[in-house]
Amino acid sequence: MSTPATESASRVGARATKAGYRGTKVRRQRVRAAWMFLIPMLITLALVAGWPLARTFYFSFTDASLSDTAGAAWIGIENYLVFDDGNWYGILTDPVWWQSVWNTLFFSVVSVSLEVVFGIIVALLLNAEFKGRMLVRAAVLIPWAIPTIVSAKMWAWMLNDQFGIINHLLMALGLIDSPLAWTADASLSMWAVIMVDVWKTIPFVALLVLAALQMLPKDCYEAAEVDGIHPVKVFFRVTLPLITPALLVAVIFRLLDALRVFDVIYVLTSNSTNTMTMSIYARQQLVEFQDVGYGSAASTLLFLIIALVTILYLYLGRRQLGVDE
Amino acid sequence: MNRYQQIKLAKQVGKWALIAVIMVYAIFPFYYAVITSLKPSSELFQVDYWLYSVDLGNYAQIFSQDSFIQAIGNSILVAISVVFIALLLGVTASYALGRVRFRGRTTVMLVVLGVSMFPQVAVLSGLFEVIRTLNLYNSPGGLILSYTIFTLPFTVWVLTTFMRQLPIELEEAAIMDGATPWVTLTKVFLPLMWPAMATTGLLAFIAAWNEFLFALTFTLTDSQRTVPVAIALISGGSQHELPWGPIMAASVTVTVPLVILVMIFQRRIVSGLTAGAVKG
Repeated sequence: MSTPATESASRVGARATKAGYRGTKVRRQRVRAAWMFLIPMLITLALVAGWPLARTFYFSFTDASLSDTAGAAWIGIENYLVFDDGNWYGILTDPVWWQSVWNTLFFSVVSVSLEVVFGIIVALLLNAEFKGRMLVRAAVLIPWAIPTIVSAKMWAWMLNDQFGIINHLLMALGLIDSPLAWTADASLSMWAVIMVDVWKTIPFVALLVLAALQMLPKDCYEAAEVDGIHPVKVFFRVTLPLITPALLVAVIFRLLDALRVFDVIYVLTSNSTNTMTMSIYARQQLVEFQDVGYGSAASTLLFLIIALVTILYLYLGRRQLGVDE
Repeated sequence: MNRYQQIKLAKQVGKWALIAVIMVYAIFPFYYAVITSLKPSSELFQVDYWLYSVDLGNYAQIFSQDSFIQAIGNSILVAISVVFIALLLGVTASYALGRVRFRGRTTVMLVVLGVSMFPQVAVLSGLFEVIRTLNLYNSPGGLILSYTIFTLPFTVWVLTTFMRQLPIELEEAAIMDGATPWVTLTKVFLPLMWPAMATTGLLAFIAAWNEFLFALTFTLTDSQRTVPVAIALISGGSQHELPWGPIMAASVTVTVPLVILVMIFQRRIVSGLTAGAVKG
């Protein structure tokens, strides 16, 4: 795929070559300027991302505590796994860690699947012509704009076991006999969290899908209509294959977000192990238990899992993102 | 009415019913928060779908607390500073990445994309150390620094996409006139980039305004908190006695500006969000 930018850049290059010496000089000046322009950004990223990440890796092999990170002693892989006095210790033997890994995966897969299905439905609707379409689009954007903390609090209030409107509504409709403890009940709290996350992120998926829908060629739909093919069949045979690249991008973006989920769960269910995710586990060790070494080991494992997904994404998504030369 | 007309009518009804369901689903939680925030505390625990009288007691209560007003001030300071820094560093970087062909460009793009995928918790302990070393713990400076980790890569990415779409002729003319890259950027491209910068800045502002994990970890005292942390930490006598009225009033207060921004700039926001992901 040749993007306009690479074309234009090579056109500048070609003309510069024709111009001979002056062209080469201009070109060299441009490349030098490009690096000068990039350096402030690269330094900032190194300071806030590169170096801290390296330190986190390092801390995971030490007994660092929050009050004294400088005096940390190297303890090898003891934070991860250690055999001591006939027993295995370390994060890899901690059932709470494996519970939070499972919770994170369950949360990510279920919420992203629901978001994609509902996102496509909303996008298909917004793609149709009707009066007040802009108003509906604006309304759909509202959940996206609301801070995660606020949406978690709003839903916590609506899901309140004694005074919540959801229990009130369900009881009025005769669907349940007694109020449900949405955020406290072990079997319900994960679904409550998923419900809030889905509500908040459908707009994002819907907008990405809508953008893809609006770029589709009109003629094959006209042909399908002339041939009298059922719209459902047209969707699965024509629309879905054509929007798959955009869908893939949306899914990976959302998946990466879901795998590092923290705030919505922290506010809704606090540190409950029923909904504890890897991020919450790591932060609890780091900040509340002040065990930087152990918490960093958890963070490192989370990073490795996300890095795997990212590499997969870069591999699959290179073409769509136009990074290739 | 024949069969064809019946089917057509059913389709119309179905479409409008779906629109109504989506509208209610999207708006109702916020609407309910507004209603709750405007109720007197005596009626709080009675479920209503409609507001019968307006009581501003909850708002009076949160605005009488210095810590809440300070939190709003901190949030504004942090978000605006982050947007400014991200745009400043982002617009020069995006010129280099979007308009100049050089060795290593793809690598830099992949690094930027890679950083935007970082789980925040993975840098938490390292960043905590950096912030403490720079003496920025428990101050807005620490948050401004740490927020560049998610606003900067995003800004660079989206601005690069926009930068690539600008016509080449402008740049050629500038080069022929002997303009340096700095002059080309500031005098030729910058005036054309304002709409894109407004979009990106707005998205970065929303991201910074909503951030929670860093704000919770890198601040300690009430006077240094940002609004999301302040709201999350509002507590009553016990876990079961949360003051829902004031919580909803605070929630509505910090959300209304965002909702208004989204209503005004929805076209820009949509183009910015999709530019980051779909276009290339």
